[in-house]
Amino acid sequence: MIKNIVNLGDAAIYCDFGHDVNKEINSKVIKYFRALKQKNLKGITNLSPSYNKLIITFDLNETCFDNLKQEIIDLNINMKVENQSQKINIPICCDDEFSLDIERIEKKFGKSKSEIINLFLNKNYFCYMTGFVAGMPFLGDIDNKIQLNRLKTPRVKVPKGSIGLTEQFCNIYTFESPGGWNIIGKTPINIFNPSNKKKPNLISPGDEVAFYEIKKKDFTKFYGR
Amino acid sequence: MAGDYFKIIRGGLNSTFQDLGRKNLYHIGLPFSGAMDKRNYLIANKLVNNNKNDAVVEFAFQGPALKYFGEKRNIVVTGNVNFKILKNDNSKYNAECYKTIKIENGDIIDILSTINSVYGYFSVNGGFKLDKVWDSFSTTIRAKVGPNNGCKLTDGQEIELNNSKLSPNKKLNFINTKIEFIRVIKGTNYDYFSEKSLKNFFAKTFKVTKLTDRMGMRLEGNRLDNIKNTNIKSEGLVKGTIQVPADGCPIILLSDHGTIGGYPKIGVVISADYDKLVQITPGSKIKFKEIQLKDAENLYKIYNMETNNILNKII
Repeated sequence: MIKNIVNLGDAAIYCDFGHDVNKEINSKVIKYFRALKQKNLKGITNLSPSYNKLIITFDLNETCFDNLKQEIIDLNINMKVENQSQKINIPICCDDEFSLDIERIEKKFGKSKSEIINLFLNKNYFCYMTGFVAGMPFLGDIDNKIQLNRLKTPRVKVPKGSIGLTEQFCNIYTFESPGGWNIIGKTPINIFNPSNKKKPNLISPGDEVAFYEIKKKDFTKFYGR
Repeated sequence: MAGDYFKIIRGGLNSTFQDLGRKNLYHIGLPFSGAMDKRNYLIANKLVNNNKNDAVVEFAFQGPALKYFGEKRNIVVTGNVNFKILKNDNSKYNAECYKTIKIENGDIIDILSTINSVYGYFSVNGGFKLDKVWDSFSTTIRAKVGPNNGCKLTDGQEIELNNSKLSPNKKLNFINTKIEFIRVIKGTNYDYFSEKSLKNFFAKTFKVTKLTDRMGMRLEGNRLDNIKNTNIKSEGLVKGTIQVPADGCPIILLSDHGTIGGYPKIGVVISADYDKLVQITPGSKIKFKEIQLKDAENLYKIYNMETNNILNKII
């Protein structure tokens, strides 16, 4: 199932599952991610799943590339892996104040704001990976009628909770940070909560996410969540 | 405050609590973090009789000034650091790194600056009274994760210490050495770059720019020409990765790096050279040298053995 396994430096393994980005390949990545997590092989310090890769870091005092590579090849991937996928509903407010790029998107596609928002709300999304900054989920796939490129000049500050589109993906800014995605709305809920020690990230790789629209006046209902 | 504590008179530029780092959270976007220079971190704990994964204060360039309130204790500073002790009787003296210093109620430790290096470490016998966050005392400022609410030390705050007896006085003869070359293993996108750029990468020097912090080290001097694709599908990253954005200027990812990125990876710094890499100051020149995996693994074993030998000298 893994197309290629090579070293990334002297303390990480780079597993390539294929060139394309799709749910099928990503599901394989996530399957390995979960199996390895469950198996808890000696020396592994981190697992980093992405669209089509799995990067595994290890403690060089405990193991080395050759050993761990063999263990991964020998891994019985048909072992029963607990299905941990959850379905998560996320509120989004698309009031003009929050949909920072909507005018440009309307012009680009010749569609009204409500058409664009409906195309976005009409789909369930799959979480391919989380990361870059803590808890940020990379969700897909966006309807191909509203797929966009990254902003030419990224914003210096994207507000926390902003929901943005780029290519076939959507993400949620878990912290105020620089960013180049096309912002269509904002969620009032905390996607990453460091004080929740058990599960700080609301969305994990493999989860299914749906969005539903709320009004700004409803924001207060979600405070503290 | 009930027990002994430090009052932070000046937080310093980037003073944070760190330990050996936080594992198993890459998949939610949290890097290892932890002490940048592990060797100096471990020495700092050993000299004051603390456990090897106790929290220390790591500082960059300008350190904190801390006023002590409590019973006699030993403190130590490691690295290459200029610092002073202002005694409670108003006398003051320049203090030495790698040597425990007995402090008393009212004394001030003023950590002025690192010398030709970036990071230094401050530890106190008994250790800081902190709660672990996900099994670690490391701080990741960008995600606000870690003790002290995931923040830097700030002026005016107070930090409690664990109850402890005065530890014995200790001293270590140790000099931080520099390395001539940063050794790297070829990265997964090595073949994205032109032959000339690859030749330059190992033959020419790069300058460390001011855009350098716990997240990464930006270099300039030779633009590396990508002849294949300047964007790859976003994928996981590891510390030490040298990635090259479209502008051709390499960035070495350090302990607080973003966990996912889409720039091609030309190489990865070997584990044995990491402690010394992070101490290189902005404005300095660095040179890379290619090395094979097996050699890198052996060099790490040797580096680790050396660290253990140094720690074992502290009795």
